[in-house]
Amino acid sequence: MLNLYTRRRIYNAMGLTVSVLAMLFGLFWLCWILITLLDHGLPALTPVVFEKMTPPPGSAGGLLNAIAGSAMMTLVGTLIGTPIGILAGTYLAEFGQRGWMAPVTRFINDVLLSAPSIVIGLFVYEIYVVRVKHFSGWAGALALSILVIPIVIRTTENMLRLVPSTLREAAAALGAPQWKVINFVTLRAARAGIITGVLLAVARISGETAPLLFTSLNNQFWSSNMDQPMANLPVVIFQFAMSPYEDWQKLAWAGALLITVSVLTLNILARVLFRQSATTH
Amino acid sequence: MPMFSHEARLKRQAVYDLLFRSLTRVSAFGVLALLVAIIVSLVVGSMPAIHAFGFGFLTSSDWNPVNDKFGALIPIIGTLITSGIALLIAIPVSFGIALFLTELSPRVLRRPLGIAIELLAGIPSIIYGMWGLFVFAPLFADHVEPWINKHIGTLSYIGPFFKGPPMGIGMLTAGIILAIMVIPFIASVMRDVFDVVPALLKESAYGLGATTWEVMWQVVLPYTKVGVAGGIMLGLGRALGETMAITFVIGNAHELSKSLLMPGNSISSALANEFTEAVGELYTSSLIELGLILFFITFVVLSIARYMLYKLGQREGQAA
Repeated sequence: MLNLYTRRRIYNAMGLTVSVLAMLFGLFWLCWILITLLDHGLPALTPVVFEKMTPPPGSAGGLLNAIAGSAMMTLVGTLIGTPIGILAGTYLAEFGQRGWMAPVTRFINDVLLSAPSIVIGLFVYEIYVVRVKHFSGWAGALALSILVIPIVIRTTENMLRLVPSTLREAAAALGAPQWKVINFVTLRAARAGIITGVLLAVARISGETAPLLFTSLNNQFWSSNMDQPMANLPVVIFQFAMSPYEDWQKLAWAGALLITVSVLTLNILARVLFRQSATTH
Repeated sequence: MPMFSHEARLKRQAVYDLLFRSLTRVSAFGVLALLVAIIVSLVVGSMPAIHAFGFGFLTSSDWNPVNDKFGALIPIIGTLITSGIALLIAIPVSFGIALFLTELSPRVLRRPLGIAIELLAGIPSIIYGMWGLFVFAPLFADHVEPWINKHIGTLSYIGPFFKGPPMGIGMLTAGIILAIMVIPFIASVMRDVFDVVPALLKESAYGLGATTWEVMWQVVLPYTKVGVAGGIMLGLGRALGETMAITFVIGNAHELSKSLLMPGNSISSALANEFTEAVGELYTSSLIELGLILFFITFVVLSIARYMLYKLGQREGQAA
């Protein structure tokens, strides 16, 4: 029979060991996935990948059209989503002190933040693709912009709340009207944080596959016309990885490595940027 | 007349104020409109299926595009089971990670490790799916599933759930990969929530001679239980709606099988696989109704999650 003190210490040691193991468990998957990606992706990542279009099965080719399509749709999606997100976030932080609207919007926005992206794809299919009767790059960009908005709203509001109200009061005391206070003082003070939010949103949408399946679909050829179905990396990876052809699978690995590297770089960049701004304040 | 021009300028600024204010208000209102639009468009899109099958859609396990007979039971069950497996694995692991990051980790490691876990959340889901299909599933089939069959599959009661050909793909694999995906979400919410516990409370417990484990179980966890539950619900919301990671490894079979080792289907994977190839109004509309059901379930789960997290935030506000 162990005494109470020893038993408590044993429980403690066991609990803490399990905690360390859990941490290692988490890191283990991260390392395993990254190593697999490098292992399969690096050999497949030749200059040809950036020079040629997606090939038919059995012949050589690259991912140029998919990379360009992804870049265009991500760019347009971000350009549509960011201003709306910043304005709505500003409303929540600066004007929404009274009334029902701000709390309700905040709640709905938080729910939309983690809503299934495939449903967003269905939504855009219903309101846009069905109307114009064909898949298109615009539809893809629209679906992506709907994913951008909640992320930008959340970070904008959080960042504006961090701005000390003495700053607003000082500007107001100098006689600045409210729109000037917000645009030239508050938003400017929160700039780094807001850019961080936009970067995180770009990182999120550049890897999204599900909302593009029913909106931009795919295109085997070069297309810079956003009104046509558009090739994009995630859907190409999906299609190629599920195929039985070895060339296609190799290209899928190359694409997977490209996407992961760019998403993780954006993530790290956003954090570094935010940290720098936090230390200089 | 300097007075006059000054007044005009003030008036103009007031108009700008009003304009700017309305602009932000309209944008915020756009979010509410977006939600309404999503619900309305999904309901309109699924009208043909709702008319054809009524409530029977939810309980029917038919899925036959040839006869135009559709039911949502199999995808719904698949979604719930895979998410359930994911949570079973993810909750204890996330708790361990959050405990490590808040209480045990050396200060120098805290930040890099926190970032590493968040990077795990940043990896796009299609990468998880691909990795699951090409790397995880074959290993699972060769080394783990035979063992499961031999040792767990022979037990009475739970045995039948763990018996099946070692194919690598199936509900269990999908659940495990989902778990890896939601661990970072739950862990980072738990970490943030544990961080709000006042140091005074923890130090009092340590001062009374409590061990770290006891402080965690008897002080931190009771104080933060609403937030922890919120974090878990948030992870559940993610798991329910996750698409690409599951689509690769679940096997896409519209069959109801007892065994977790058999291929199945989830709402999101059915949508991803079949939607663009669906022909006929009823087929498309049944898939849209699946989407509507998914949206409804995740909406409820995420609302509960947010409500719980708000409640914790409120209490924190009162204490401060």
